[in-house]
Amino acid sequence: MAIYDPTPGQQVFGPSLPSYDDLQGCIRCGRCLPVCPTYGETQLETFSPRGRLSLLRAIEDGKLDITAGVEEHLYHCLDCRACNTVCPPGVHIGELIVAGRRAVEEKYPRSPAIRFMLTNVLTGAERAEVLSAPLRAAQGVKLDRFGAWLMGPVPVVGPKLRELVEFAPPIGKPIRRELAPVTPAQGVKRHRVAFFLGCMMNVVMPDVSRSTMRVLTRAGCEVVTPRGQACCGAPQDDQAMLGLSRDMARRNIALFEPILDEVEAIVTDCAGCSAALKEYVEWLHDDPAWAERARKFCAKVRDVTEWLDAIWPEDLALRRAPVAATYHDPCHLANCQNIRTQPRRLLGRVEGLELRPLPDSHPVRCCGSAGIYNLIHTPMALGLLDKKMADVAATGAELVVSANPGCLLQLSWGKRRSGQKITIKHVVQVLDESM
Amino acid sequence: MDQKIITELRQAIGADRVSTAPEDLAAYAYDGTWLETQPDVVVHPQTTEHVAAVLRIADVRRIPVVPRGSATGLAGAAVPVPGSICLNMARMNRILDISTADTLAVAQPGVITYDLQKAVEKLGLFYPPDPASVYQCTVGGNVATNAGGPRCLKYGVTGDYVLGLDVVLAGGHVLHLGGRTIKDVAGYDLKRLFIGSEGTLGVVTEITVRLIPKPKAQLTALAAFPKLADACQAVGNILQAGVVPLVTELMDSATTKAVEDFKHLGLPTDVEALLLVAVDGDAELVQREIVIVADILRRSGARDVRQAKSAEESEALWEARRSISPAIARLARNKLGEDITVPRSRIPEMVARLHEISQANDIPIVVYGHIGDGNLHPTLLCDRRDGAVMQRAAKAAGELLGAAVALGGTLTGEHGIGVFKRDHIREGLDANALAFMAGVKALFDPNGIMNPGKKLPA
Repeated sequence: MAIYDPTPGQQVFGPSLPSYDDLQGCIRCGRCLPVCPTYGETQLETFSPRGRLSLLRAIEDGKLDITAGVEEHLYHCLDCRACNTVCPPGVHIGELIVAGRRAVEEKYPRSPAIRFMLTNVLTGAERAEVLSAPLRAAQGVKLDRFGAWLMGPVPVVGPKLRELVEFAPPIGKPIRRELAPVTPAQGVKRHRVAFFLGCMMNVVMPDVSRSTMRVLTRAGCEVVTPRGQACCGAPQDDQAMLGLSRDMARRNIALFEPILDEVEAIVTDCAGCSAALKEYVEWLHDDPAWAERARKFCAKVRDVTEWLDAIWPEDLALRRAPVAATYHDPCHLANCQNIRTQPRRLLGRVEGLELRPLPDSHPVRCCGSAGIYNLIHTPMALGLLDKKMADVAATGAELVVSANPGCLLQLSWGKRRSGQKITIKHVVQVLDESM
Repeated sequence: MDQKIITELRQAIGADRVSTAPEDLAAYAYDGTWLETQPDVVVHPQTTEHVAAVLRIADVRRIPVVPRGSATGLAGAAVPVPGSICLNMARMNRILDISTADTLAVAQPGVITYDLQKAVEKLGLFYPPDPASVYQCTVGGNVATNAGGPRCLKYGVTGDYVLGLDVVLAGGHVLHLGGRTIKDVAGYDLKRLFIGSEGTLGVVTEITVRLIPKPKAQLTALAAFPKLADACQAVGNILQAGVVPLVTELMDSATTKAVEDFKHLGLPTDVEALLLVAVDGDAELVQREIVIVADILRRSGARDVRQAKSAEESEALWEARRSISPAIARLARNKLGEDITVPRSRIPEMVARLHEISQANDIPIVVYGHIGDGNLHPTLLCDRRDGAVMQRAAKAAGELLGAAVALGGTLTGEHGIGVFKRDHIREGLDANALAFMAGVKALFDPNGIMNPGKKLPA
C-alpha cells in the first residue's frame, strides 16, 4: 500500500453530486456510529453516517457506480441528524446524505405516488385539507378497515394497507377554516406573532393546534395567520425534490415578508416545520435574489416550545392532577435546532407534573417516525419504536409528551403495539390542560 | 475471489452474513486513517463458531482475513488487503456477564468500550481504559491494539485488565486462554501475545476483563507553563509528592493556538505548554490532592494555574482538551496522528526535535499528549492531493519516529504499527526480537492468512 501517494481526487463529476470537498471533511473517526439509530439496529457500516458518506465518496472517486444499493442505503437514513451533533470536525452529514439522494434521483426516481402527493397534495396546510373529508368519512363507516380486510390476501399491498390503517389516527376537522386573520390576545396583549400551519397539524392533529392557539393567546400573544401558506418543504427536501422544496421556501418567505416587521416571531407547533423553516437560509444561500430575504425570515422563526419558554408570563400558573411524565425529544427539535431545555422548562412549570428522564436523549435516538420513513422502512421503524417504548415503560411514566406530529403518531402506534397504559400529548396540550 | 469460496462461506455461516455487494466492499474499505483497499467479501459472524468456520475455509483456501471492530484505528491495521475477507466483528456485541462477586466482566469483542464502562458503572464498578475513541471503538479492537488513553499513568492500558481471552486461530482452532482469576501461572501466558497483535495472530471472540471499584470524585487543574520543560518536570514533582494523577495532558503552543482560534476559551497562547492535571478518588481526598497539585504546578514554573473546586468547574477546564480534535481538523485537509512514546525526562528534547523536523520539512506539526506516560501525539498537517506535500510529510514522519527511538522511546504507544509504521519497525526493534516475532507469527498462522502485511516487516 502506497501510504503517502497523493490521491487522484475527484474522478466523477455531476451537477447534482454532493460537494467532494465537504465529503472529504469526514475524517472517518467513527464518532457518528454509536449515535446512529440504524447502525445501532444493524451494526452494519452501510447503515451508518460514515458508511453513507463513504458510498458517496466512492462514487465521486470512481470506485462505485450509482446503484440500487446506494439508493437503498441513502434512504435508510432517518434524517434524524444525531450524527451532526457529535461530528468532531462538524461535517453536515445529514445534509450531505440528502444531497446524495438528489444525485441518485435521476437514475432511481421516487415512486409516482410519492411524487404526486408531494407535488399536488402535501403542498400546504390548505391544500392538504382535500384529504381530510374523505379520510374522515372512510374512518366514520370503517371503510378503511373493510378495505384493508378485503385487500389482506394481496401480496405486498395487503400488509402495507393494514399497517397504514393501523397507523392512521382518527382524523379531525382542520383548524385553518376557523382561524381569523387576526386572533386577539386574551387579557393584556404583550406580543404579536404569526402562526405557521403545518400540513400534518392542520389535517391530522388540528386539536393540538387548537391548544396552541389557546395557549398562545392566554400567554398574551395576538396571532396573525396569513392565508395561502405553502408546505414548509421538509417532505420534499427529504425525498430529494429540492427544486420543489426551494419553491415552497420562496413562497413562504414572500407570503410572510409584508408582516415580518410587525410580528416578533413566526411560530409553529410542528418541530419538523420549525426545523425546515430555519433551514431556508441554507437552502437559498446560493440564490442572490433570495439569500438575504431568507435570512430575515429565518431570524423570526420559533418553535412553539422555544417561543413560549422565552415569553411565559410569570403570573400564568399551570396546575394539574399529579402525574408521572416523560418527554421524548423530537429529532428535528433537539438534534436540528438544539431545543432541549425549553420544552422541559415549560413542563417543569406545571405543578403536579413529575418529569422523568428518558435515556438516549442527547443526541436523541429517533423513535422511527421520521416523516414517511415508518411507512416505507417499516421493519426498521418498528425496531426503533419497540426500543423507545421499552425505554418509556422503564420510566414508569403515565404521560408521554413530545412536540412533533410524526413522533406523536409513532408513539401512539407504539402504545397500541405494546398495550402500555399511557397517554401521549404534545407539550402545548399539556400546557393547555393545566391552565 | 473464486465464487466457490463465497459459496462455501455462505453455506458455513449463512448467506445473509456474507456479502460481495459493491456497496459493502466500498464501505468496509477503510479505518480511521485515509487508506482504502476494498476487500473481496465482507462477513458478519455472530458466534465463535462462525469465526472458526470462516478461518477454516480461509486457511484451506489461503485467503487473507482482516478482522475489524468499529474501524477507528489510526495505523491502518484494519484496512483490508487486496483479495481479502473483511471479518466484521461489530455484530458480536453482547456483554455476557458482569460479576460483582469476582469484579470482572465478560464481553464479546464488538461491545463498544463506552457501553461496557456505563454498564459496569451502574454497579459501582470501573473499567478504566479510555482511548479517545471510547464512544465508538470496540473492546475487541482495544485488545488487538492494547489501547491506552489518558488515564494510563495511574490505571494502565487495556492489557493490564485482560484476565481471559477466547481466540480463534487460522484453521479454526479455538484457544481458551486465562480465565476469571487475577493470578494464573499455569503454562505460558499466551494471551499476552494476542494483546496488541493487531489481528495478525488470531481473532479474539470473548474477553474477560478485571474491574475495580469506581472512584467517587474527580477534580482538575489547568496550568500555563512558559517553559515546556517545566511542565514535564512538574509531573515528576507531583509523583514525588506522593500523588498519582489520573491524567496529565499536555498541549503545545500550536495546539493551544488552534483551540483558542476555534473556541475562544481565553487560553494563554504566549506560553510553550498548557498542562491539564486531574486527580480522582475519594471526595475528600481529591479536594486535598488538587490543592497539592496546584501548589506544585505553581512552584514548578507555571504562570497561571486554574484549580477547579467542583465537578462543574472541572468540566469547563476539560473543554480545551476536548476541542483539540475539531480544532485541528479545521487547520488542514488531512492529518497524520502519530503516537510516539519516550521516557518522560526526554519529552522536552523530543518536542524540540519535533519543531526542528517540522521546520526542516515545511510540514506543520502540532503536539499534544499524555506526558505522564511519555506518550505524545505529534500531528502532521498535510494535503493528500499535493504530491510534494505528501513526500515531505512521509519524510517528516520517518524522522520523528527515528527521533523517538534515538531518545530511548518507541514508535507507537497505543495506535499500533499497522501499515503506517511497518517500514520503520526495524529501527524500533532489535533484529533478534523481530526474528522471534516472525517465529511466533509462523507458529500461530503458518500460512500467513491473518492480516498479512501488518505489524511485522514485509
